[in-house]
Amino acid sequence: MDLLQGLKKGNKRAAAKLITMIENRTEGYQDVLKEIHKSSGKAYVIGITGPPGAGKSTLTDKLVKEIRKQDKKVAIIAIDPTSPFSGGSILGDRIRMNDLSLDPGVFIRSMGTRGHLGGLSVATKSAIKILDVYGAEYIFVETVGVGQSEIEIVKSADTTVMVMVPGLGDDIQAIKAGIMEIGDVFVINKADRDGANRTRAEIEMMLDFSNSEFKPAVKMAVAVDGKGINDIIDEIERHKEYLIKTDKYHHNRVTSAREEIVEIIKENITDKIFNDHLISSQLAELTQKVVKREIDPYTAGFNILKSIKL
Amino acid sequence: MDRPIRVLVSKPGLDGHDRGAKVIARALRDAGMEVIYTGLRQTPEQIVNAAIQEDVDVIATSILSGAHGTLLPKIAELLKEQGAEDILFIGGGVIPDEDIPELIESGVKAIFTPGTPTSETVEFIVNNVRK
Ligand SMILES: Nc1nc2c(ncn2[C@@H]2O[C@H](COP(=O)(O)OP(=O)(O)O)[C@@H](O)[C@H]2O)c(=O)[nH]1
Ligand SMILES: [Mg+2]
Repeated sequence: MDLLQGLKKGNKRAAAKLITMIENRTEGYQDVLKEIHKSSGKAYVIGITGPPGAGKSTLTDKLVKEIRKQDKKVAIIAIDPTSPFSGGSILGDRIRMNDLSLDPGVFIRSMGTRGHLGGLSVATKSAIKILDVYGAEYIFVETVGVGQSEIEIVKSADTTVMVMVPGLGDDIQAIKAGIMEIGDVFVINKADRDGANRTRAEIEMMLDFSNSEFKPAVKMAVAVDGKGINDIIDEIERHKEYLIKTDKYHHNRVTSAREEIVEIIKENITDKIFNDHLISSQLAELTQKVVKREIDPYTAGFNILKSIKL
Repeated sequence: MDRPIRVLVSKPGLDGHDRGAKVIARALRDAGMEVIYTGLRQTPEQIVNAAIQEDVDVIATSILSGAHGTLLPKIAELLKEQGAEDILFIGGGVIPDEDIPELIESGVKAIFTPGTPTSETVEFIVNNVRK
C-alpha cells in the first residue's frame, strides 16, 4: 500500500490515484477509506454553489489565490454536470483556474456527475477525505446547486457560498427556500452588470424571513476582475468563527458521521438483498402475483423481508 | 458499470485558436469519454500537472503554432520525470510529415494531422489506452 504512504506524505500522484480508485470502487477501496479515517477531519470544507455560468469557477480561482497568500495548502473538487447526450462529458472548470495548475500548493480534481457507483455524494465525500489526508487545509467543492446529491454535498461543507448573478428575478423566487437556507455566504457576482442592487435587495428580503441564528451577508463581487474577494473571505471566516463558538462545528461533524454510517448500512443491505439468488427468485415470483392482483405489494415486501438473514 | 476513459484535452502554444481542440473534445465526449478541457495557451508544465492531478488515461493536445518541435517533446519529458509515461500522449494539428518521426521518438504516441477523421483518433485511444 505505498499509495497510502505517498498520500500521507502529500504526494499528488498518490492522491490522484486513490481518488480514481474510490471513484471506480476498485477492489480494496474500502480498506483505503478505513485506513485514512484516523488521519482525516482536519481540512475546512467550503462549498461553492449556484447556477451554471454564475462565475463559480472564476470566483473559486480568485478565492484560492487569496488564501494561498497565507501559504495554506488548498484542494479543489470541481463537479461539472455530465452531458445528457452521451455517457461522456466535457469538464471545463479548469479553464478558469489555469494559473493554479502551476502552484504546487494547489490540487484540482474535476468530477463528472454520472458514472459513480455509490452515487456522486458518496464519491465526493470520499475524495474530500483523501484530499484532507493529503494535507489540504482548505478544500473547495464547486457544484451546480441543483439535484439531490449535489445538495447533499453542499450540506456536508462547513461553509457554503451561494453564487448568484444580477437579474435572476423570477428565478430567485423559484429557488426553493430549502436551497436558500443552505447558503452561509451569499455573493452577487457579475456586479458589473445592471440590476445587482435589486438582486441583493431581493435576496436580503428572503433571508429576513429565515429564522436561522446565523445571519448570512450578501456580498457583491466581480470575480473576473478580482473585486470583492476579500469581503467574501472575511464572511467565510466570520461563519467559521460562528460555527466554532457555538459548537455547531462539532455538531455538524456528528451529524455527518452518523449519516455516513447510515449510508454504508443502507448500501450494503441493498447489495446483500439484491445479490441473493433466493431473494431474487422470490422477488420475481411475488412480482407476478402482485401484477395478477393475487397479493398486494406490502404483503410481498414484508414476506421478502421475513426471509432475509443479515 | 465501466468507468469512462478520462482524457485531458489541451492546447499548448501561444496562438489563440482552439477550434481543433474543441472539435476533438466533442468527438471524445460523444464517444463516451470524460474530457477535462483546459483551454488555450497551456504550458507543458500546466498540462502535465493537470494530467497528474486528474489522473487521466490520455493527454490529447492540439497544436497550430508551429512550436510542436519544442512543446510536445517537453511534455513527454515532464511525463517521464513524473514516472507517468503510462499516460497515452497524442498530438494533433498542422504538423509537417517530416517532423513526425522525431516527435514519436521523443515519446508522443501518435500524431493526427488535419483531415484525419475524429473516429480514427477515438479508435486509437480505445485500442491503446492503459488497461
Ligand atoms: N461580466 C462578468 N463576467 C464574469 C464574472 N465572473 C465570471 N464571469 C464570466 O462568466 C462566465 C462563466 O464563468 P464560470 O466561472 O465558468 O462560471 P461557473 O459555470 O459558475 O463556474 C465566464 O465567461 C467568466 O469569464 C464577473 O464578475 N463579471
Ligand atoms: Mg464552473
